[in-house]
Amino acid sequence: MVIKKRILFLTVLFVLLAFAVTSCAPATQTPTTTSPTQTVTPTPTEKKLKVVFIYVGPIGDGGWTYEHDQGRKMLEQEVPGVETTYVESVPEGADATKVIRDFAQKGYDVIITTSFGYMDPTIEVAKDFPNIIFLHCSGYKTAPNVGTYFGKIEEPRYLSGLVAGKMTKSNLIGYVAAYPIPEVIRGINAFTLGVRAVNPDAEVRVVWTNTWYDPAKERQAAEGLLDVGCDIIAQHQDTPGPQQAAEARGVYGIGYDSDMSKFAPKAVLTSPIWKWGVYYVDAIKRIKAGTWKTEQYWGGMKDGIVDLAPLASFVPDDVKKLVEDKKKEIMGGKFGIFDIFSGPLKDQSGQIRVEEGKKMTADEILNMKWFVEGVVGEIPPE
Amino acid sequence: MNLDIVIATLSATIKAGTPLLLATLGEIMAERAGILNLGLEGMMLVGALSGFIVCFLTSNPWVGLLVALASGAIIALIHAALTVTLRANQVVSGLAVTLFGTGLSGFLGKMVIGVPIPNYFTPIAIPGLVNIPFLGPILFRQDPLVYLSYLLVPLLAFWIYRTRPGLHLRAVGENPAAADALGVNVYGVRYLYTLIGGALAGMAGAYLSLAYTPVWIENMTAGRGWIAIALVIFATWDPFKALLGSYLFGLVDAVQFRLQAVGVAVPSFFLNMTPYLATIIVLIFATTETARRRIGAPAALGLPYEREEKS
Repeated sequence: MVIKKRILFLTVLFVLLAFAVTSCAPATQTPTTTSPTQTVTPTPTEKKLKVVFIYVGPIGDGGWTYEHDQGRKMLEQEVPGVETTYVESVPEGADATKVIRDFAQKGYDVIITTSFGYMDPTIEVAKDFPNIIFLHCSGYKTAPNVGTYFGKIEEPRYLSGLVAGKMTKSNLIGYVAAYPIPEVIRGINAFTLGVRAVNPDAEVRVVWTNTWYDPAKERQAAEGLLDVGCDIIAQHQDTPGPQQAAEARGVYGIGYDSDMSKFAPKAVLTSPIWKWGVYYVDAIKRIKAGTWKTEQYWGGMKDGIVDLAPLASFVPDDVKKLVEDKKKEIMGGKFGIFDIFSGPLKDQSGQIRVEEGKKMTADEILNMKWFVEGVVGEIPPE
Repeated sequence: MNLDIVIATLSATIKAGTPLLLATLGEIMAERAGILNLGLEGMMLVGALSGFIVCFLTSNPWVGLLVALASGAIIALIHAALTVTLRANQVVSGLAVTLFGTGLSGFLGKMVIGVPIPNYFTPIAIPGLVNIPFLGPILFRQDPLVYLSYLLVPLLAFWIYRTRPGLHLRAVGENPAAADALGVNVYGVRYLYTLIGGALAGMAGAYLSLAYTPVWIENMTAGRGWIAIALVIFATWDPFKALLGSYLFGLVDAVQFRLQAVGVAVPSFFLNMTPYLATIIVLIFATTETARRRIGAPAALGLPYEREEKS
């Protein structure tokens, strides 16, 4: 009797669980295929180009992967005859190889891998599938059928530095930073150079959180900066935690990844943002036209892959004008990342690292592991 | 360091410690009844999301909090059903619940990503008390959920040690057969406290999504549920020591970020490690039999109870 009852109970529970699991499975387990709601009817002979995106995190991170997925949606809307698929939360390393190979075998035409750690897996699989085109984000290895792409986020970061330099009263600007890797370090440097271009007395205080996204921890880091007198909070983190801290204290902040003003409308002055869709549309169009060749795409504001979110309404007009003028220079090709990182550049100890009249090379910029003068903070030894 | 910084640091310590404290209290209640609940992280996430969604719809964080409590308890019900009624392995069930809660919240949360909520818990200074020198601004300029956590600690301690239901709770965790013989409904008690634990975990999640960082992003608890499980051992199943342990974790971050902010290089990995180190040390002592008796790890923790019945 007891056993029968228990079996019944178990069955009911199992069915309930199975229902719950299957109803949420498509999001986390299997890739989801979507097609644009309004497709231009392709001519019967035209085959749809099948594109798959490999994401390192969930789309729900609201940051890095979210922005890539916005790019995927833009691609579907703007390029007819494209069918996209994505898979979330693929761990970097051996698992990635398996997932990428799986999609290659399924007959996808383009495989887009959106994290640095997918570099070697992408190259490895690409060797076996010469007819498939692979696009890898932020890496440095290419092959005849593998191209890389990244953006010069340092350009909008520099512009946001101009805003921060003008808006600070205490001359102390806080910067909540994720990990001490070149990508983050050069972002801090570009920002600081922007700040010091308009306010040579200001300094940028850096705090490392050792996390990409943990909103509570990032908020705490920002509060630490506010407690020592910083009155602007910039960030290289994927959550709006630091901006919410700035808002709660009634000071300003500068977001990242996407326009964070919706989370802290009274605080966020602007945010350097990614617009991956611009690149995806361009690359896929070229692939469809048959004109794509392997490349190391490194686009800037001029190309549209990175941008500065609109300045808040409470930014004074003279600051707005300053930023707009500089932006015009960037858009006109008169100013860019190589002008940001041009001599004379001193490091934190005041020692000249880049002589006057010299510019850093792309390689030097991409591998930067030292702070410019004006940054207060340490890069932990590796 | 001047006094203001010390006050700010300690105030931040409490904020950072509160989600850990709430989750730890929940886990203590479940473990006191003999149920190891490794589903804490999943319950926190479900609580964080459901509270956030409801607050978004009603613009009332209190309604959000109630829903978070309820949804944490509902997820805990799965764990209770599996481990109490079906006597499933508590570790396996707990892990499954965490995976389930993580996936479920990630899936259902897609619609509210990047959506700000109109209203959330903000710090309220308690008139009078906030004027106490030094302690006032630290303890009494916090949000309502922090005040609730202040009340919960002595309340739960009193409940566990000084009341008859608390005695039953401890009896069930120590020796369910004896408790059963005394007429205590072992299954009922285990269900009840697992649900209470789930509700508190839901509240811990809601603290993150409705008070501290009012936003929903997937996996926003970032492992705090697991820290809480470790803290239970650190706290030796005692609510007051749970408070101590939670604030210790909070203090580590509060201090290291402020040191970094004034340009002091901190070995942040070492600092992050220290509370875990303390937990491991306590754990080592806790596993010896005599110490186990002295510090009160529930003797029947993790063991399913089967009533001897005539078949």
